[in-house]
Amino acid sequence: MIWNETKECMSRDQMTALQSARLVKLVDYMYHNVEFYRKKMQAIGLMPGDIKGLEDLTKLPFTTKDDLRDNYPFGLFAVPNSQIVRIHASSGTTGKATVVGYTRHDLDVWAECVARCMTMAGVTKEDVIQIAYGYGLFTGGLGAHDGAQKIGATVVPMSTGNTKKLTTMMIDFGATAIACTPSYLLHISEALAEEGLLDKIKLKSAICGAEPWTEKMHKEIESRLNIKAFDIYGLSEVMGPGVACDCEFHKGLHVCEDHFYPEILDSATLTPVADGEVGELAFTTLTKEGIPLIRYRTKDLTSLDRTPCECGRTSARISRFKGRVDDMLIIRGVNVFPSQIEAALVEVEEVTPHYMMIVDRVNNLDTLEVQVELDQKYYTDEIRVIEALTKKIAHVIQQALGINAKVKIVEPQSLVRSQGKAVHVIDNRKLY
Amino acid sequence: MFAKQLTVFIENRAGRLSEVLSVLKENKVNILSMSLADTTEYGLLRLIVDNATLGKEKLIENGFSSLLSDVSIIKIAHTAGSLQTLLKVIDKGGVNIEYMYGLSIESEDAYVVLKASDSEKIDEILNANGVKTLSCEDLAHI
Ligand SMILES: [Zn+2]
Repeated sequence: MIWNETKECMSRDQMTALQSARLVKLVDYMYHNVEFYRKKMQAIGLMPGDIKGLEDLTKLPFTTKDDLRDNYPFGLFAVPNSQIVRIHASSGTTGKATVVGYTRHDLDVWAECVARCMTMAGVTKEDVIQIAYGYGLFTGGLGAHDGAQKIGATVVPMSTGNTKKLTTMMIDFGATAIACTPSYLLHISEALAEEGLLDKIKLKSAICGAEPWTEKMHKEIESRLNIKAFDIYGLSEVMGPGVACDCEFHKGLHVCEDHFYPEILDSATLTPVADGEVGELAFTTLTKEGIPLIRYRTKDLTSLDRTPCECGRTSARISRFKGRVDDMLIIRGVNVFPSQIEAALVEVEEVTPHYMMIVDRVNNLDTLEVQVELDQKYYTDEIRVIEALTKKIAHVIQQALGINAKVKIVEPQSLVRSQGKAVHVIDNRKLY
Repeated sequence: MFAKQLTVFIENRAGRLSEVLSVLKENKVNILSMSLADTTEYGLLRLIVDNATLGKEKLIENGFSSLLSDVSIIKIAHTAGSLQTLLKVIDKGGVNIEYMYGLSIESEDAYVVLKASDSEKIDEILNANGVKTLSCEDLAHI
Protein backbone atom coordinates (compact mmCIF):
# COMPACT_ATOMS: atom_id res chain seq x y z
CA MET A 1 0.00 0.00 0.00
CA ILE A 2 1.02 3.60 -0.58
CA TRP A 3 0.01 6.20 2.01
CA ASN A 4 -0.09 9.28 -0.23
CA GLU A 5 -0.10 8.29 -3.88
CA THR A 6 -0.43 11.89 -5.08
CA LYS A 7 2.87 12.89 -3.50
CA GLU A 8 4.78 9.61 -3.57
CA CYS A 9 4.05 8.73 -7.19
CA MET A 10 4.31 12.17 -8.85
CA SER A 11 5.95 12.42 -12.24
CA ARG A 12 9.49 13.79 -12.12
CA ASP A 13 8.41 17.01 -13.86
CA GLN A 14 5.58 17.61 -11.41
CA MET A 15 7.89 16.94 -8.46
CA THR A 16 10.54 19.33 -9.76
CA ALA A 17 7.89 22.02 -10.30
CA LEU A 18 6.53 21.53 -6.77
CA GLN A 19 10.03 21.59 -5.23
CA SER A 20 10.94 24.72 -7.19
CA ALA A 21 7.82 26.58 -6.09
CA ARG A 22 8.37 25.54 -2.46
CA LEU A 23 12.05 26.53 -2.56
CA VAL A 24 11.24 30.03 -3.84
CA LYS A 25 8.71 30.48 -1.03
CA LEU A 26 11.11 29.04 1.56
CA VAL A 27 13.98 31.37 0.67
CA ASP A 28 11.70 34.40 0.88
CA TYR A 29 10.32 33.16 4.22
CA MET A 30 13.78 32.59 5.68
CA TYR A 31 15.18 35.88 4.45
CA HIS A 32 12.43 37.72 6.26
CA ASN A 33 12.25 35.62 9.40
CA VAL A 34 15.75 34.37 10.23
CA GLU A 35 18.39 37.02 10.78
CA PHE A 36 21.18 34.45 10.43
CA TYR A 37 20.12 33.57 6.86
CA ARG A 38 19.39 37.16 5.91
CA LYS A 39 22.92 38.18 6.92
CA LYS A 40 24.42 35.17 5.20
CA MET A 41 22.61 36.02 1.96
CA GLN A 42 23.41 39.72 2.21
CA ALA A 43 27.08 38.87 2.69
CA ILE A 44 27.17 37.26 -0.77
CA GLY A 45 24.85 39.82 -2.35
CA LEU A 46 21.95 37.44 -2.76
CA MET A 47 18.32 38.60 -2.64
CA PRO A 48 15.30 36.28 -2.28
CA GLY A 49 14.24 37.22 -5.82
CA ASP A 50 17.47 35.72 -7.18
CA ILE A 51 16.20 32.23 -6.37
CA LYS A 52 13.72 31.38 -9.09
CA GLY A 53 13.71 27.63 -8.77
CA LEU A 54 15.73 24.50 -8.01
CA GLU A 55 18.30 25.50 -10.64
CA ASP A 56 19.36 28.37 -8.34
CA LEU A 57 19.74 26.22 -5.22
CA THR A 58 23.52 26.03 -5.50
CA LYS A 59 23.73 29.82 -5.16
CA LEU A 60 22.62 29.41 -1.55
CA PRO A 61 25.11 28.81 1.27
CA PHE A 62 25.25 25.56 3.24
CA THR A 63 24.04 25.12 6.80
CA THR A 64 25.98 22.97 9.25
CA LYS A 65 25.56 21.56 12.73
CA ASP A 66 27.97 24.26 13.92
CA ASP A 67 25.48 26.90 12.76
CA LEU A 68 22.84 25.34 15.00
CA ARG A 69 25.26 25.15 17.90
CA ASP A 70 26.46 28.75 17.44
CA ASN A 71 22.86 29.93 17.51
CA TYR A 72 21.92 27.85 20.55
CA PRO A 73 19.20 27.51 21.61
CA PHE A 74 16.60 29.24 19.43
CA GLY A 75 18.66 31.50 17.15
CA LEU A 76 17.68 29.76 13.90
CA PHE A 77 13.97 29.56 14.69
CA ALA A 78 11.83 31.38 12.12
CA VAL A 79 8.81 31.83 14.36
CA PRO A 80 8.30 33.20 17.88
CA ASN A 81 8.04 30.64 20.68
CA SER A 82 4.28 31.18 20.85
CA GLN A 83 4.04 29.19 17.62
CA ILE A 84 6.47 26.47 18.67
CA VAL A 85 4.62 23.52 20.17
CA ARG A 86 7.47 21.02 20.65
CA ILE A 87 11.19 21.06 21.25
CA HIS A 88 13.62 18.21 20.61
CA ALA A 89 17.37 18.13 21.07
CA SER A 90 20.32 15.94 20.24
CA SER A 91 23.92 15.95 21.38
CA GLY A 92 26.44 18.02 19.45
CA THR A 93 30.16 17.86 18.90
CA THR A 94 30.74 19.67 22.17
CA GLY A 95 28.71 19.80 25.35
CA LYS A 96 26.00 21.95 23.81
CA ALA A 97 22.86 20.29 22.49
CA THR A 98 21.43 20.90 19.03
CA VAL A 99 17.93 22.25 19.59
CA VAL A 100 15.05 22.07 17.12
CA GLY A 101 11.51 23.46 17.40
CA TYR A 102 8.31 22.38 15.65
CA THR A 103 5.16 24.31 14.88
CA ARG A 104 1.83 22.49 14.83
CA HIS A 105 2.15 22.30 11.02
CA ASP A 106 5.68 20.83 11.33
CA LEU A 107 4.36 18.08 13.59
CA ASP A 108 1.60 17.34 11.06
CA VAL A 109 4.17 17.05 8.25
CA TRP A 110 6.34 14.84 10.43
CA ALA A 111 3.46 12.49 11.23
CA GLU A 112 2.59 12.44 7.51
CA CYS A 113 6.16 11.44 6.56
CA VAL A 114 6.36 8.74 9.24
CA ALA A 115 2.95 7.46 8.13
CA ARG A 116 4.30 7.11 4.57
CA CYS A 117 7.33 5.23 5.88
CA MET A 118 5.36 2.90 8.10
CA THR A 119 2.94 2.18 5.27
CA MET A 120 5.97 1.23 3.15
CA ALA A 121 6.76 -1.23 5.92
CA GLY A 122 3.28 -2.67 5.66
CA VAL A 123 1.82 -1.11 8.81
CA THR A 124 -1.94 -0.39 8.69
CA LYS A 125 -4.62 0.58 11.19
CA GLU A 126 -5.12 -3.11 11.91
CA ASP A 127 -1.64 -3.36 13.43
CA VAL A 128 -0.51 -3.23 17.05
CA ILE A 129 2.85 -1.46 17.04
CA GLN A 130 5.35 -1.20 19.86
CA ILE A 131 7.45 1.94 19.74
CA ALA A 132 10.71 0.98 21.42
CA TYR A 133 12.78 4.08 20.71
CA GLY A 134 13.57 6.37 23.62
CA TYR A 135 10.83 8.88 24.36
CA GLY A 136 12.08 12.30 25.34
CA LEU A 137 14.34 14.88 23.78
CA PHE A 138 15.43 12.24 21.27
CA THR A 139 13.17 12.42 18.18
CA GLY A 140 12.86 8.64 17.78
CA GLY A 141 10.12 7.83 20.27
CA LEU A 142 7.63 10.65 19.75
CA GLY A 143 8.32 10.87 16.01
CA ALA A 144 7.51 7.21 15.35
CA HIS A 145 4.61 7.45 17.80
CA ASP A 146 2.83 10.29 15.99
CA GLY A 147 3.22 8.64 12.59
CA ALA A 148 1.87 5.28 13.74
CA GLN A 149 -1.02 7.05 15.43
CA LYS A 150 -1.79 8.95 12.21
CA ILE A 151 -2.12 5.64 10.37
CA GLY A 152 -4.51 4.54 13.08
CA ALA A 153 -2.47 1.63 14.33
CA THR A 154 -2.74 0.65 17.99
CA VAL A 155 0.32 2.34 19.44
CA VAL A 156 2.12 0.90 22.47
CA PRO A 157 4.66 3.50 23.71
CA MET A 158 7.23 1.09 25.21
CA SER A 159 10.26 3.38 25.09
CA THR A 160 13.54 1.58 25.87
CA GLY A 161 15.13 -0.13 28.80
CA ASN A 162 12.84 -2.95 29.86
CA THR A 163 13.24 -5.85 27.45
CA LYS A 164 11.35 -8.33 29.66
CA LYS A 165 8.28 -6.11 29.77
CA LEU A 166 8.56 -5.52 26.03
CA THR A 167 8.64 -9.22 25.13
CA THR A 168 5.82 -10.03 27.55
CA MET A 169 3.59 -7.33 26.05
CA MET A 170 4.63 -8.26 22.51
CA ILE A 171 3.07 -11.66 23.13
CA ASP A 172 0.15 -10.62 25.36
CA PHE A 173 -0.94 -7.75 23.09
CA GLY A 174 -0.28 -9.69 19.90
CA ALA A 175 1.99 -6.94 18.57
CA THR A 176 2.38 -7.17 14.79
CA ALA A 177 4.94 -4.37 14.31
CA ILE A 178 7.78 -2.78 16.19
CA ALA A 179 9.86 0.38 15.75
CA CYS A 180 13.30 0.39 17.39
CA THR A 181 17.02 0.41 16.60
CA PRO A 182 18.18 -2.65 14.63
CA SER A 183 20.68 -3.66 17.30
CA TYR A 184 17.99 -3.51 19.97
CA LEU A 185 15.72 -5.68 17.83
CA LEU A 186 18.47 -8.31 17.57
CA HIS A 187 18.79 -8.15 21.32
CA ILE A 188 15.03 -8.61 21.68
CA SER A 189 15.15 -11.61 19.35
CA GLU A 190 17.79 -13.19 21.55
CA ALA A 191 15.74 -12.55 24.66
CA LEU A 192 12.74 -14.23 22.99
CA ALA A 193 14.87 -17.17 21.89
CA GLU A 194 16.29 -17.65 25.37
CA GLU A 195 12.82 -17.86 26.86
CA GLY A 196 11.65 -20.16 24.07
CA LEU A 197 8.99 -17.62 23.04
CA LEU A 198 9.85 -17.15 19.37
CA ASP A 199 6.84 -19.14 18.16
CA LYS A 200 4.48 -17.17 20.41
CA ILE A 201 4.95 -13.81 18.67
CA LYS A 202 2.69 -12.36 15.98
CA LEU A 203 5.25 -9.84 14.71
CA LYS A 204 5.20 -9.17 10.95
CA SER A 205 7.34 -6.13 10.40
CA ALA A 206 9.95 -3.93 12.01
CA ILE A 207 10.82 -0.32 11.27
CA CYS A 208 14.41 0.12 12.33
CA GLY A 209 16.57 3.21 12.33
CA ALA A 210 18.61 5.72 14.34
CA GLU A 211 21.83 3.86 13.58
CA PRO A 212 23.52 2.38 10.51
CA TRP A 213 23.11 -1.36 10.00
CA THR A 214 24.48 -3.82 7.53
CA GLU A 215 22.75 -6.07 5.02
CA LYS A 216 23.89 -8.97 7.20
CA MET A 217 22.05 -7.57 10.23
CA HIS A 218 18.99 -7.00 8.07
CA LYS A 219 18.95 -10.65 6.99
CA GLU A 220 19.64 -11.84 10.51
CA ILE A 221 16.70 -9.87 11.95
CA GLU A 222 14.35 -11.16 9.26
CA SER A 223 15.34 -14.80 9.61
CA ARG A 224 15.48 -14.90 13.40
CA LEU A 225 12.05 -13.34 13.89
CA ASN A 226 10.53 -14.46 10.60
CA ILE A 227 9.47 -10.88 9.80
CA LYS A 228 10.17 -8.14 7.23
CA ALA A 229 12.52 -5.41 8.40
CA PHE A 230 12.64 -1.88 6.99
CA ASP A 231 15.20 0.87 7.26
CA ILE A 232 13.92 4.30 8.34
CA TYR A 233 16.19 7.33 8.19
CA GLY A 234 16.08 10.79 9.63
CA LEU A 235 17.95 13.28 11.72
CA SER A 236 16.60 15.66 14.29
CA GLU A 237 18.00 18.78 12.61
CA VAL A 238 15.98 18.02 9.47
CA MET A 239 12.95 16.57 11.30
CA GLY A 240 13.58 13.19 12.93
CA PRO A 241 12.83 9.67 11.70
CA GLY A 242 10.73 9.62 8.55
CA VAL A 243 12.87 11.66 6.17
CA ALA A 244 13.33 8.46 4.15
CA CYS A 245 12.45 4.76 4.37
CA ASP A 246 12.91 1.65 2.25
CA CYS A 247 10.05 -0.24 0.63
CA GLU A 248 9.60 -4.00 0.21
CA PHE A 249 12.04 -4.00 -2.71
CA HIS A 250 14.89 -2.68 -0.56
CA LYS A 251 16.48 -0.77 -3.42
CA GLY A 252 17.34 2.30 -1.40
CA LEU A 253 15.34 4.56 0.91
CA HIS A 254 12.52 6.66 -0.57
CA VAL A 255 12.96 10.29 0.44
CA CYS A 256 9.86 12.37 1.27
CA GLU A 257 11.24 14.79 -1.30
CA ASP A 258 8.20 17.03 -1.52
CA HIS A 259 9.27 18.12 2.00
CA PHE A 260 13.01 17.49 1.99
CA TYR A 261 15.05 18.21 -1.11
CA PRO A 262 18.12 15.94 -1.21
CA GLU A 263 21.48 16.85 -2.74
CA ILE A 264 24.60 14.69 -2.94
CA LEU A 265 27.79 16.73 -2.72
CA ASP A 266 31.31 15.95 -3.78
CA SER A 267 33.25 15.61 -0.51
CA ALA A 268 36.10 17.80 -1.70
CA THR A 269 34.44 20.51 -3.80
CA LEU A 270 30.95 20.42 -2.21
CA THR A 271 29.38 20.69 -5.64
CA PRO A 272 26.47 18.37 -6.51
CA VAL A 273 27.48 15.07 -8.12
CA ALA A 274 25.56 13.04 -10.69
CA ASP A 275 22.89 10.56 -9.59
CA GLY A 276 24.50 7.29 -8.59
CA GLU A 277 27.74 8.86 -7.40
CA VAL A 278 28.63 8.76 -3.72
CA GLY A 279 28.92 12.00 -1.77
CA GLU A 280 27.68 13.85 1.27
CA LEU A 281 23.92 14.06 1.68
CA ALA A 282 22.41 17.53 2.22
CA PHE A 283 18.79 18.50 2.75
CA THR A 284 16.77 21.63 2.19
CA THR A 285 13.60 21.53 4.27
CA LEU A 286 11.02 22.76 1.75
CA THR A 287 8.02 23.13 4.05
CA LYS A 288 9.36 23.51 7.57
CA GLU A 289 8.20 26.50 9.61
CA GLY A 290 9.88 26.21 13.01
CA ILE A 291 13.51 25.77 12.04
CA PRO A 292 13.80 25.56 8.27
CA LEU A 293 17.27 24.72 6.97
CA ILE A 294 18.85 25.37 3.60
CA ARG A 295 21.33 22.82 2.24
CA TYR A 296 21.93 21.25 5.63
CA ARG A 297 24.99 19.01 5.47
CA THR A 298 24.20 15.67 7.13
CA LYS A 299 27.79 14.32 6.94
CA ASP A 300 26.30 10.99 5.85
CA LEU A 301 27.76 9.47 2.68
CA THR A 302 25.32 8.00 0.17
CA SER A 303 24.17 8.21 -3.46
CA LEU A 304 20.88 9.18 -5.10
CA ASP A 305 18.64 7.28 -7.53
CA ARG A 306 15.78 9.25 -9.15
CA THR A 307 14.46 6.44 -11.34
CA PRO A 308 10.98 5.08 -10.49
CA CYS A 309 10.91 2.09 -8.12
CA GLU A 310 9.24 -1.28 -8.67
CA CYS A 311 6.88 -0.45 -5.80
CA GLY A 312 5.26 2.28 -7.89
CA ARG A 313 6.75 5.19 -5.99
CA THR A 314 8.69 7.76 -8.00
CA SER A 315 10.35 9.49 -5.06
CA ALA A 316 14.15 9.66 -5.12
CA ARG A 317 15.95 6.94 -3.23
CA ILE A 318 19.16 7.21 -1.22
CA SER A 319 21.38 4.14 -1.11
CA ARG A 320 22.45 2.29 2.02
CA PHE A 321 24.86 4.58 3.87
CA LYS A 322 28.52 4.32 2.95
CA GLY A 323 29.96 6.04 6.01
CA ARG A 324 30.40 9.43 7.59
CA VAL A 325 32.28 12.54 6.54
CA ASP A 326 33.21 13.29 10.16
CA ASP A 327 34.18 11.10 13.10
CA MET A 328 30.69 10.83 14.59
CA LEU A 329 29.79 7.44 15.99
CA ILE A 330 26.31 6.19 16.69
CA ILE A 331 26.34 4.11 19.85
CA ARG A 332 23.05 2.60 21.01
CA GLY A 333 21.30 5.15 18.82
CA VAL A 334 23.09 8.07 20.46
CA ASN A 335 25.36 10.35 18.43
CA VAL A 336 28.80 10.43 19.96
CA PHE A 337 31.79 12.50 18.94
CA PRO A 338 35.26 11.66 20.24
CA SER A 339 35.66 15.36 21.01
CA GLN A 340 32.92 15.02 23.65
CA ILE A 341 34.98 12.41 25.49
CA GLU A 342 38.00 14.65 25.20
CA ALA A 343 36.11 17.59 26.69
CA ALA A 344 34.73 15.43 29.48
CA LEU A 345 38.13 14.04 30.43
CA VAL A 346 39.60 17.52 30.79
CA GLU A 347 37.40 17.85 33.88
CA VAL A 348 39.12 14.88 35.52
CA GLU A 349 42.39 16.03 37.02
CA GLU A 350 43.80 12.54 37.50
CA VAL A 351 43.83 11.55 33.81
CA THR A 352 46.08 12.56 30.92
CA PRO A 353 44.55 13.85 27.64
CA HIS A 354 45.29 10.52 25.97
CA TYR A 355 42.33 8.21 25.53
CA MET A 356 41.04 5.45 23.31
CA MET A 357 37.43 4.55 22.61
CA ILE A 358 36.72 0.94 21.77
CA VAL A 359 33.28 0.39 20.31
CA ASP A 360 31.97 -3.11 19.88
CA ARG A 361 28.76 -5.04 19.67
CA VAL A 362 28.24 -7.77 22.24
CA ASN A 363 25.00 -9.79 22.15
CA ASN A 364 23.79 -7.21 19.65
CA LEU A 365 24.13 -4.31 22.03
CA ASP A 366 26.72 -1.64 21.42
CA THR A 367 29.43 -1.37 24.02
CA LEU A 368 31.80 1.48 24.62
CA GLU A 369 35.04 1.11 26.51
CA VAL A 370 37.09 4.19 27.22
CA GLN A 371 40.73 3.61 28.07
CA VAL A 372 42.54 6.33 29.96
CA GLU A 373 45.99 6.81 31.39
CA LEU A 374 46.45 8.40 34.78
CA ASP A 375 48.86 11.17 35.43
CA GLN A 376 51.91 9.40 36.90
CA LYS A 377 51.36 10.87 40.37
CA TYR A 378 47.83 9.47 40.63
CA TYR A 379 48.69 5.80 40.25
CA THR A 380 48.10 4.34 43.67
CA ASP A 381 48.81 1.31 45.81
CA GLU A 382 45.15 0.85 46.75
CA ILE A 383 42.58 -0.91 44.55
CA ARG A 384 39.80 0.94 46.35
CA VAL A 385 41.17 4.26 45.05
CA ILE A 386 41.42 2.99 41.46
CA GLU A 387 37.88 1.62 41.59
CA ALA A 388 36.54 4.94 42.91
CA LEU A 389 38.39 6.83 40.19
CA THR A 390 37.05 4.49 37.51
CA LYS A 391 33.52 5.17 38.73
CA LYS A 392 34.12 8.91 38.78
CA ILE A 393 35.38 8.93 35.17
CA ALA A 394 32.46 6.77 34.04
CA HIS A 395 30.08 9.22 35.67
CA VAL A 396 31.68 12.21 33.95
CA ILE A 397 31.41 10.43 30.58
CA GLN A 398 27.80 9.44 31.28
CA GLN A 399 26.95 13.07 32.03
CA ALA A 400 28.62 14.30 28.86
CA LEU A 401 27.41 11.65 26.40
CA GLY A 402 24.24 10.29 27.92
CA ILE A 403 25.47 6.73 27.58
CA ASN A 404 27.25 4.37 29.92
CA ALA A 405 30.83 3.55 29.16
CA LYS A 406 33.11 1.00 30.70
CA VAL A 407 36.20 2.83 31.85
CA LYS A 408 39.53 1.04 31.86
CA ILE A 409 42.57 2.60 33.43
CA VAL A 410 45.69 1.53 31.59
CA GLU A 411 49.42 1.85 32.18
CA PRO A 412 51.17 5.16 31.59
CA GLN A 413 52.40 5.71 28.01
CA SER A 414 50.48 2.67 26.80
CA LEU A 415 47.98 4.45 24.55
CA VAL A 416 49.17 5.14 21.03
CA ARG A 417 50.58 8.59 20.44
CA SER A 418 50.47 9.24 16.75
CA GLN A 419 52.02 11.97 14.71
CA GLY A 420 49.40 14.29 13.25
CA LYS A 421 45.79 13.26 13.59
CA ALA A 422 45.51 10.99 16.58
CA VAL A 423 43.48 7.81 16.37
CA HIS A 424 41.01 7.80 19.23
CA VAL A 425 38.51 5.24 18.07
CA ILE A 426 38.56 1.53 17.35
CA ASP A 427 35.15 0.53 16.03
CA ASN A 428 34.88 -3.24 15.80
CA ARG A 429 31.27 -3.22 14.62
CA LYS A 430 31.97 -2.91 10.87
CA LEU A 431 28.76 -1.04 10.12
CA TYR A 432 29.49 0.25 6.65
CA MET B 1 59.16 3.11 61.73
CA PHE B 2 57.96 2.92 58.15
CA ALA B 3 59.34 1.11 55.21
CA LYS B 4 58.98 2.33 51.62
CA GLN B 5 56.92 0.00 49.51
CA LEU B 6 57.23 0.17 45.74
CA THR B 7 53.92 -0.23 43.88
CA VAL B 8 53.54 -0.83 40.15
CA PHE B 9 50.21 -0.72 38.29
CA ILE B 10 50.24 -3.38 35.60
CA GLU B 11 47.62 -4.31 33.06
CA ASN B 12 46.73 -7.95 32.77
CA ARG B 13 48.81 -8.51 29.65
CA ALA B 14 51.08 -11.45 29.05
CA GLY B 15 54.66 -10.78 30.07
CA ARG B 16 54.04 -7.50 31.90
CA LEU B 17 55.02 -8.85 35.31
CA SER B 18 58.23 -10.34 34.06
CA GLU B 19 59.13 -7.04 32.35
CA VAL B 20 58.85 -5.27 35.71
CA LEU B 21 61.04 -7.90 37.33
CA SER B 22 63.64 -7.66 34.61
CA VAL B 23 63.93 -3.86 35.01
CA LEU B 24 64.58 -4.39 38.72
CA LYS B 25 67.06 -7.18 38.08
CA GLU B 26 69.02 -5.17 35.52
CA ASN B 27 69.40 -2.40 38.07
CA LYS B 28 70.31 -4.81 40.85
CA VAL B 29 67.27 -3.96 42.91
CA ASN B 30 66.67 -6.95 45.12
CA ILE B 31 63.13 -8.04 45.96
CA LEU B 32 62.59 -8.95 49.61
CA SER B 33 58.85 -9.45 49.56
CA MET B 34 56.00 -8.98 47.16
CA SER B 35 52.27 -9.29 46.71
CA LEU B 36 50.13 -9.07 43.60
CA ALA B 37 46.60 -7.81 44.12
CA ASP B 38 44.76 -8.51 40.92
CA THR B 39 41.41 -7.64 39.42
CA THR B 40 40.10 -8.79 36.04
CA GLU B 41 41.63 -5.76 34.33
CA TYR B 42 44.81 -4.90 36.14
CA GLY B 43 47.04 -5.78 39.05
CA LEU B 44 48.86 -3.86 41.71
CA LEU B 45 52.28 -5.27 42.27
CA ARG B 46 53.46 -4.29 45.75
CA LEU B 47 57.13 -4.81 46.43
CA ILE B 48 59.48 -4.49 49.35
CA VAL B 49 62.94 -4.04 47.84
CA ASP B 50 66.38 -3.13 49.13
CA ASN B 51 66.47 0.14 47.16
CA ALA B 52 62.96 1.46 46.60
CA THR B 53 64.02 4.92 45.36
CA LEU B 54 66.24 3.47 42.65
CA GLY B 55 63.55 0.94 41.74
CA LYS B 56 60.95 3.65 41.31
CA GLU B 57 63.23 5.80 39.19
CA LYS B 58 64.20 2.97 36.87
CA LEU B 59 60.63 1.72 36.45
CA ILE B 60 59.39 5.18 35.47
CA GLU B 61 62.29 5.50 33.03
CA ASN B 62 61.05 2.29 31.44
CA GLY B 63 57.49 3.51 31.08
CA PHE B 64 55.90 1.93 34.12
CA SER B 65 53.79 3.60 36.76
CA SER B 66 55.59 3.52 40.04
CA LEU B 67 55.08 5.03 43.44
CA LEU B 68 56.38 4.75 46.97
CA SER B 69 54.15 4.45 50.01
CA ASP B 70 54.66 4.02 53.73
CA VAL B 71 53.98 0.58 55.11
CA SER B 72 54.82 -1.15 58.38
CA ILE B 73 56.94 -4.29 58.36
CA ILE B 74 56.31 -6.24 61.52
CA LYS B 75 58.03 -9.27 62.91
CA ILE B 76 55.75 -11.76 64.57
CA ALA B 77 56.38 -15.15 66.13
CA HIS B 78 55.90 -18.01 63.75
CA THR B 79 53.29 -19.56 66.01
CA ALA B 80 49.58 -20.08 65.89
CA GLY B 81 47.61 -17.02 67.00
CA SER B 82 50.42 -14.46 66.83
CA LEU B 83 48.92 -12.70 63.82
CA GLN B 84 45.55 -12.52 65.55
CA THR B 85 47.18 -10.99 68.60
CA LEU B 86 48.71 -8.28 66.40
CA LEU B 87 45.41 -7.57 64.66
CA LYS B 88 43.64 -7.22 68.02
CA VAL B 89 46.15 -4.57 69.04
CA ILE B 90 45.58 -2.64 65.80
CA ASP B 91 41.79 -3.00 66.02
CA LYS B 92 41.78 -1.66 69.54
CA GLY B 93 43.76 1.34 68.37
CA GLY B 94 40.96 2.15 65.93
CA VAL B 95 42.72 2.08 62.56
CA ASN B 96 41.76 0.02 59.55
CA ILE B 97 44.10 -2.17 57.58
CA GLU B 98 43.99 -1.34 53.88
CA TYR B 99 45.94 -4.40 52.88
CA MET B 100 48.43 -6.84 54.24
CA TYR B 101 50.71 -9.57 53.02
CA GLY B 102 53.23 -11.80 54.65
CA LEU B 103 56.54 -13.42 54.19
CA SER B 104 58.29 -16.04 56.17
CA ILE B 105 62.04 -15.91 56.28
CA GLU B 106 63.21 -17.84 59.25
CA SER B 107 61.85 -20.84 61.05
CA GLU B 108 60.99 -18.99 64.28
CA ASP B 109 59.85 -15.66 62.96
CA ALA B 110 57.44 -14.45 60.30
CA TYR B 111 57.08 -10.97 58.84
CA VAL B 112 53.99 -9.16 57.72
CA VAL B 113 53.76 -6.01 55.67
CA LEU B 114 50.70 -3.89 56.30
CA LYS B 115 49.26 -0.58 55.27
CA ALA B 116 46.87 1.12 57.65
CA SER B 117 44.27 3.79 56.99
CA ASP B 118 46.13 6.18 59.29
CA SER B 119 49.90 5.89 59.00
CA GLU B 120 50.77 8.19 61.94
CA LYS B 121 48.47 6.39 64.27
CA ILE B 122 49.53 2.87 63.33
CA ASP B 123 53.09 3.74 64.29
CA GLU B 124 51.97 5.06 67.68
CA ILE B 125 49.86 1.98 68.32
CA LEU B 126 52.64 -0.41 67.40
CA ASN B 127 55.22 1.45 69.49
CA ALA B 128 52.91 1.72 72.48
CA ASN B 129 52.36 -2.01 72.39
CA GLY B 130 55.99 -2.90 71.97
CA VAL B 131 55.55 -4.29 68.48
CA LYS B 132 58.79 -4.08 66.59
CA THR B 133 58.75 -2.60 63.08
CA LEU B 134 61.56 -2.95 60.59
CA SER B 135 63.05 -0.95 57.78
CA CYS B 136 63.81 -2.40 54.36
CA GLU B 137 67.52 -2.50 55.28
CA ASP B 138 66.74 -4.46 58.42
CA LEU B 139 64.84 -6.93 56.31
CA ALA B 140 67.61 -7.10 53.75
CA HIS B 141 70.09 -8.10 56.43
CA ILE B 142 68.12 -10.94 57.86
ZN1 LIG C 1 10.09 1.40 -3.68
